[in-house]
Amino acid sequence: MNAVAPLPTGESAAFDRPLSIAVLAMGGQGGGVLTDWIVAAAEHAGWVAQSTSVPGVAQRTGATIYYVEMLPPRGGRHPVLSLMPTPGDVDVVAAAEFMEAGRAMLRGLVTPDRTTLIASTHRSLAVSEKEKPGDGIAASGPVYEASDFAARQSIQFDMQALAERNGSVISAVMFGALAGSGVLPFSRETYEAAIREGGKGVEPSLRAFAAGFDRAARPPEPVPVLEAEALPPPVPTSVGVPQLDALLARVHGEFPTSVRPMVFAGVKRLTDYQDVAYAGEYLDRLRGFLALDRAHGGEAAGYAFTDAAAKYLAVAMAYDDVIRVADLKTRASRFARIDQEVGKRDGQLLYMTEFMHPRMEEVIGTMPKGLGLWLEGQPRLVRLLDRVVNRGRRVKTGHVSWFLSLNLVAALRPARRRLLRHLREGAHIANWLALAERIVAQDYALAVEVLACRRLVKGYSDTHARGESKFDRVLAAAPGLVGKPDGAGWLRRLRTAALADEQGEALEGALKTLEGAFEA
Amino acid sequence: MEPFHGGLGVEVSMAERSFAREVQDLRLGDGDTFRGEGILAITKALLQSGVSYVGGYQGSPISHLMDVLADAKDVLDELGVHFESSASEAAAAASLSASVMYPLRGAVTWKSTAGTNVASDALTNLASGGVTGGALIILGEDYGEGSSIPQERSHAFAMKSQIWLLDPRPNLESIVKSVEDGFELSEATNTPVMLQVRIRACHVHGQFVAKDNRKPAYTIREALENPQRDLNRIVLPPASMLQDRQKLEQRWPAAVDFIKRRKLNEFFGPEAGEVGIVMQGGMYNSVMRGLQYLGLADAYGESKIPLYVLNVTYPLADDEVAEFCRDKRAVLVVEEGHPEYIEQAIGTVLRRRGVAARLAGKDVLPLGGDYTAAVLSKGIGAFLDQNAPHLLGNRPPLPSADAVVSAAPVKQLAEIVPPRPAGFCIGCPERPIFAAMKLVEKELGPHQISADIGCHLFSILPPFNLGGTTMGYGLGPASASAFNVEADKRPISVMGDGGFWHNGLSSGIGNAVFNKQNQVIMVVDNYYSSATGGQDIMSSRADNARRSTNNPIARAVRGIGAKWVREIDRTYDVAKMRDTLKAALTSKEEGPKIIIASSECMLNKQRRVKPLFNKAVKEGKRSVKQRFGVDEDVCTGDHACMRLSGCPSLSVKHLDDPLRDDPVAAIDNNCVGCGNCGEVAEAAVLCPSFYRADVIYNPTRFDLFMAKLRGAVIGYLQRRRDARRVVFS
Repeated sequence: MNAVAPLPTGESAAFDRPLSIAVLAMGGQGGGVLTDWIVAAAEHAGWVAQSTSVPGVAQRTGATIYYVEMLPPRGGRHPVLSLMPTPGDVDVVAAAEFMEAGRAMLRGLVTPDRTTLIASTHRSLAVSEKEKPGDGIAASGPVYEASDFAARQSIQFDMQALAERNGSVISAVMFGALAGSGVLPFSRETYEAAIREGGKGVEPSLRAFAAGFDRAARPPEPVPVLEAEALPPPVPTSVGVPQLDALLARVHGEFPTSVRPMVFAGVKRLTDYQDVAYAGEYLDRLRGFLALDRAHGGEAAGYAFTDAAAKYLAVAMAYDDVIRVADLKTRASRFARIDQEVGKRDGQLLYMTEFMHPRMEEVIGTMPKGLGLWLEGQPRLVRLLDRVVNRGRRVKTGHVSWFLSLNLVAALRPARRRLLRHLREGAHIANWLALAERIVAQDYALAVEVLACRRLVKGYSDTHARGESKFDRVLAAAPGLVGKPDGAGWLRRLRTAALADEQGEALEGALKTLEGAFEA
Repeated sequence: MEPFHGGLGVEVSMAERSFAREVQDLRLGDGDTFRGEGILAITKALLQSGVSYVGGYQGSPISHLMDVLADAKDVLDELGVHFESSASEAAAAASLSASVMYPLRGAVTWKSTAGTNVASDALTNLASGGVTGGALIILGEDYGEGSSIPQERSHAFAMKSQIWLLDPRPNLESIVKSVEDGFELSEATNTPVMLQVRIRACHVHGQFVAKDNRKPAYTIREALENPQRDLNRIVLPPASMLQDRQKLEQRWPAAVDFIKRRKLNEFFGPEAGEVGIVMQGGMYNSVMRGLQYLGLADAYGESKIPLYVLNVTYPLADDEVAEFCRDKRAVLVVEEGHPEYIEQAIGTVLRRRGVAARLAGKDVLPLGGDYTAAVLSKGIGAFLDQNAPHLLGNRPPLPSADAVVSAAPVKQLAEIVPPRPAGFCIGCPERPIFAAMKLVEKELGPHQISADIGCHLFSILPPFNLGGTTMGYGLGPASASAFNVEADKRPISVMGDGGFWHNGLSSGIGNAVFNKQNQVIMVVDNYYSSATGGQDIMSSRADNARRSTNNPIARAVRGIGAKWVREIDRTYDVAKMRDTLKAALTSKEEGPKIIIASSECMLNKQRRVKPLFNKAVKEGKRSVKQRFGVDEDVCTGDHACMRLSGCPSLSVKHLDDPLRDDPVAAIDNNCVGCGNCGEVAEAAVLCPSFYRADVIYNPTRFDLFMAKLRGAVIGYLQRRRDARRVVFS
């Protein structure tokens, strides 16, 4: 892919070709500043440089390509430079976000004979990744894979984090990485002069530039291990508290090694959620699952059934109720965490305002079973009371009166098992587990998937109701899938579809597909 | 309506940005080197040409011209140049009427073809009567990739009205020369001239050697005090018939003569050749790169093929065309956009004059889209293959990424890389309006929504997915007109404050009032013309010494007879917004239901407020900064909040928790504490995981005392609870 062929006449000018740099950035990332620096550095070195861009509207979120070409003048003649990158003819691609690096490759801007790819590995998620009810975050792995294939060399690290550590912006780190890559024939001083000429925030920019320069000049680090592949931390045998150590002894004594991390995570969650006894109940139930698991060849399957039960039973037993919310919101550890997250400094004060919208449903759920059930039988009274209760409340947790109210609700924790909500959740859990228990004897893999469907139940109010309805619809399909080829796969696909959109349109489609799947 | 004051001193610059550095560039004199953007070079060129007045309507890619001149009062005053931010492109075009009778040079600018459509009534009349002083229309041609408007050509306007069209080579020197030539051409032919500059050329960074600015010889004041009229210049029969004859018999031939005499078009490459290329000036750089790829040119503009560069694309100088083509076997016309007006015109010239050269153009080049170097190298290659294959020599391979892009590792990225359309900024006050609209939709079902041009048009994209059509700037309400029949639902239309003052007050509100339309009109008032860069408009709240601001939209709509008008002064009040919208959709009252939703554009607000905040903190004054956060252990990861937000600052993240499958919500440090997250969570009953953190800088003694007291009580209770709890740490 030799870009410029020699002219037949053999003029030496014929071999000159401009260096080209494409910068891919999102609004607000300083792509324009970086471009100006590159031009300034080139001009500083006596080259002719030209940059251009299509910023479009002034909004901050869209992706923009900035493009720079540069070449020294020859015999007083200035080069004619292009205003657009040509696929297959780009020397440097600098991407200020990792998926933008992916986009650059898709556009053909990165080719193995030419292109140095400088990319920040941090992610700034697109709306389409955030709005999915499930996990819509695009995988970074394929971008690493593609850059190994498509780029001549890659310089990839989290430039955003490095910029923040140096009190500057990502464009300065990228400029440093460009300088450190050595692709352009300019000295470090030339780049630094460009930053100084820019005039704004020179010191932090130079610091971030230096950090980027050093990091780019270092040999590349191996691709980070993806989360799913990371090994779980070992389960402790003792934490020095007798009651907890007793739980740990059960985890180690009653469960096979492979499921212990998950069982421990469940135990941890439930002691925190309720108490030691509640975690004990959890272990009791789980033992039943382990027995079933063993009886149906679970050992060969790595106890997947028990592992799934350990995970989702813990989640189900730690359902979100007002007691839990009040408990979490009033903890000292939360106050400290927010101070740190918001970056509160000494001499400053910080107050939180919570946005809560309780409804009569939540109030009834927090009543003792008998009272709650009775009240539910009085719809007119409930509507009346709802008018008083059902409204948005701005709760100032740092003020004594509000704290006391929340603290009071949190203090209901010991009574939780006797409340109406607990009764309801218990019944829901029992039905779901019973289904899994029935199926495991006939179709082990399908039973594992049944357990995993608990993932669909989440959120509050309408969102919770929609989740629960999806959960019901997906599970309703499970009995019909027993013994069918790839029954487990079908249930997994239904679950994935249920997590694809809010209204359940994808699930609707998947269920239709399923209807016709086994007809032939 | 709360007016606010700039606070940064008496002279508040237009909007909240300062263009002081760019203004300095306008002062460069003879022999100085100007370095900067194309559009700023044009601005400087206007002053060098002795322009008397400048007007225009902001929009990408020419906003900078307007912004810089708005900040350049001193420079303009010294030269006696009048600058105006016109109410619309039509208003800008009409202002060129000052050049009809008087030897005044005037320039106007806008985004094309959007603005040219709006301006064409005035342009038609201007072109018919003709001008005395040079009248230059600078068109920011928003064509090609990244464009925000339909792909049409300004060329058609030039042809239909007999306005000359310049399309210079895309480097600063050529563009600047074109401005100067344009004024002279206009004066020599009594015809307005359009100067077309494509979006990348507007933003291209380059340099040129400046000249001194020129004070106009004849002033506007002189003209105003010595009025002149000439019936033959006024468009009314029989003069209009006379003007048409003048166009054909005098102005057109004069233009062709001027173009030839002044050599406005350029020839490059060898004098003779078997084949040649005719191109629009704007295509020159890409053609050169294409030729370089084919081994037919070097990087410094030396071509082995004869090139004829049309810096004037309308009218054609037929003699030049015929001369260039006469001895050639074939000629390729490189003309971006469709249809191929120039190619057709050249075809006519060749046929009429019996020139035998074969004509190629859109047979080897694509009908539409960007003419990139890659596209051109392919097209020119095909042309040469057919007509002079030996010129292709040993046929070096063209640069291509086809093999890389179609290989599996890259190809699979198409499934992974998410689209990233522009969207509402962090803290945008328009977000809660559409969140509320979404909540109403959940309750009352979907509605016919007529959208408009402006930032608010992002409502059509995820996560809101609201809005069915968009018909043009300020035309949202007008485009809902036909839906004025008896029905169980009524239409909703959206219009921004920019579109409102551009024409929406009459075409939208007046139209709806007069026709007793039942529609609900949402006027989005964010204090600026935000989508174009945050310029001031009639209803802006800033005090602007040179403009009349603070003219409320509500007063305007009431003034023309609207009865049902609701003003919401804080768009972030999602519940109120939702309830007002519901009331509008169910009200029994006749006539349009108008909601004016006002909150300041966050981008501009931050520019305004941040320095003030930092200053106050530095001076030790008590100041409160707000931002939002998410309690990750309360968040269940259902992402309902995302579907009512789309804020760049509100994202999701994976927790290091084996019990979690789905990522939870997270808010980053860019949050400006606009309030949307909390309000939406509350109004839509989402979840209690959002909190707002108020950080008090420089707390007072009373603050500290209360904090100590609160800390003591709360701390005691927290310690007591923690002590009783048995948990894994």
